[in-house]
Amino acid sequence: MSILINNNTRLLVQGITGRDGSFHTRQMLDYGTNVVAGVTPGKGGMEVEGVPVFNSLSEAVKKTEANTSVIFVPARFSSSAIYEAADAGIKLIVCISEGLPTIELVKITAYLKNKDCRLVGPNSPGLVSAGESKVGILPGHIFKKGKVGVISRSGTLTYEIVDHITRVGLGQSTCIGIGGDPIIGTKFIDCLELFADDKDTEAVVLVGEIGGRDEQDTAEYVKKYFKKPVFGFIVGKTAPPEKRMGHAGAVISGTSGTAAEKIKVFKECGIKVGDTPAEVAQLVKEML
Amino acid sequence: MKVHEYQAKEIFKKYGIPTPKEKMCRNIDEVVIAASKEIGIPCVIKAQVMVGGRGKAGGIKVAKNEKEVKDYAEKILGMEIKGIPVKKVLVSEAISIVSEAYLGIINDRTTKKTVMMACKEGGVEIEVIAKQKPEAIYKVYADPLVGFMPHKSREIGLFLYNEPKRAFECASITEKLYNLFIELDSSLAEINPLVVDKSGKLIALDAKINFDDNGLYRHPDIESMRDRESEDENELLAREQNLSYVKLSGNIGCVVNGAGLAMATMDLVKHFGGEPANFLDIGGSSSPGKVKNALEILLKDKNVKVIFFNIFGGITRCDDVANGILEAKKCLNIKQPIVARLTGTNEDKAMEILKEAGLIFTQTMDQGAKKAIELLN
Repeated sequence: MSILINNNTRLLVQGITGRDGSFHTRQMLDYGTNVVAGVTPGKGGMEVEGVPVFNSLSEAVKKTEANTSVIFVPARFSSSAIYEAADAGIKLIVCISEGLPTIELVKITAYLKNKDCRLVGPNSPGLVSAGESKVGILPGHIFKKGKVGVISRSGTLTYEIVDHITRVGLGQSTCIGIGGDPIIGTKFIDCLELFADDKDTEAVVLVGEIGGRDEQDTAEYVKKYFKKPVFGFIVGKTAPPEKRMGHAGAVISGTSGTAAEKIKVFKECGIKVGDTPAEVAQLVKEML
Repeated sequence: MKVHEYQAKEIFKKYGIPTPKEKMCRNIDEVVIAASKEIGIPCVIKAQVMVGGRGKAGGIKVAKNEKEVKDYAEKILGMEIKGIPVKKVLVSEAISIVSEAYLGIINDRTTKKTVMMACKEGGVEIEVIAKQKPEAIYKVYADPLVGFMPHKSREIGLFLYNEPKRAFECASITEKLYNLFIELDSSLAEINPLVVDKSGKLIALDAKINFDDNGLYRHPDIESMRDRESEDENELLAREQNLSYVKLSGNIGCVVNGAGLAMATMDLVKHFGGEPANFLDIGGSSSPGKVKNALEILLKDKNVKVIFFNIFGGITRCDDVANGILEAKKCLNIKQPIVARLTGTNEDKAMEILKEAGLIFTQTMDQGAKKAIELLN
């Protein structure tokens, strides 16, 4: 078992003919993902890595029954790519693109509320259900099928943590990169709700960072409702205030959204916090 | 991106939000002429720096005669506020204030909506109020798909002012503030304080607008307002090369792929007793040239004594990074020892490329951070 993606995932790649789109289509196929279609307007009829390319989402969905899409188009075209996927009946949209204006996400998330459709990202590395399916750019070789769920606001840091979890002899159920932007489609709590019902997930690791109060809200949720053990890692302890640390969402504004504040709330709510990625994996190992 | 008060006020004027009569000046002579010929005396001289607490630092003064105009201009144009030298001042009409309020707008991360915030206490930092008495802040959310409807603007006006005429004047300002926020991809637009003057008129006495960096591509006019002098030279250079760099005060230079891992690397250096010199994210698919550029920027910081590469290859190929290091070693005179932790895609090729380059390799980031600290002694 796993959440969001599995063996039944039928993936459509938006922007499949681009450099990143075609490269990662190959990588995802190699991992075993069922990539059924690609879309690039104007390039319908082509094939990329044996995957048929269509001009529109609606045509592609009709012909291939794709239920999930991953977006590799440049940021300025990503909003329309998301709307098109939602209108075509895609149930899960994973947006890898980085650099969407925040106000676009205000509109997109409101639009999706009335649809049976979930957005992961933007600015997300994607997600992996170990041994079943990979949607996005995460390096497949570091994952091993197992019982730990991972939710993270980051990309490479997620790989670092996953790698440690694999090296201590554990494995992952599903690992989700929710994205480093201030407003995102799927938050920590949304993922936890899914992990709560997933029989194969026995523990969850939350990888957070400075900026906003999502981690704080999540900690309160864990304390009240979430029964499985939860572990945490927060980065940006050494980040200066008012400076954007790469991710658009990673900014300490004034005195709020600091790593210290988040770590404190995590601990108060019973989440075990590691000081280093290695320590987090060690803590999980001791528990399971 | 941030802009100065005088620039934010220019935008206010374009949108029809009332501001005092004002002029931006760069030297004492300009101030004297502006005060005596255009603005009138008494006037207010305000330092133009993009940090809070200008008033407390002595950067805002009321000049009551020509001598004071000159004295304050000289004093303020020569001062530093929180380490930033004042190079411009705003000469502003002196307003007799009857009342002060706060009006501001942001995109709220939690509700994923645009929210207008009003408070009857103006002139105080909103964050301070949010911490001490959050109930004093009145919030009205915009509908993401319809916008900020007129009755919501009136709701704000009627919350701040009892008198209907003033309340509706405020509603009109609220609507304009919302429009500029949305149309210009702002991340914060603030009138603090919004004052009522002796004649009963509403005026935006101060203005603050921040812009969403991700939205700047569709606003070249806003991008051109960027005050390059007030930004760190190396941070600007990095941004132009699609690198993300923030200078810190330590001596271990960090080069990392990915923002989260870059923060984790800084934290780890600190955790083991060292001090990171910077945040530096070379991004996803890094070419050798990008790595070289990154090292060039890093080495402009003379405090850097050791360089620590922490690369987790996914899309980033370790051999690309290795070639970048080799190239940089050829072109730049790098005297500092380099500790490298390169793992993931093509790590074996990277080792082969770098085997004679004199680097110190480690398996894990823990070992790398410890080694970098050890080399300082």
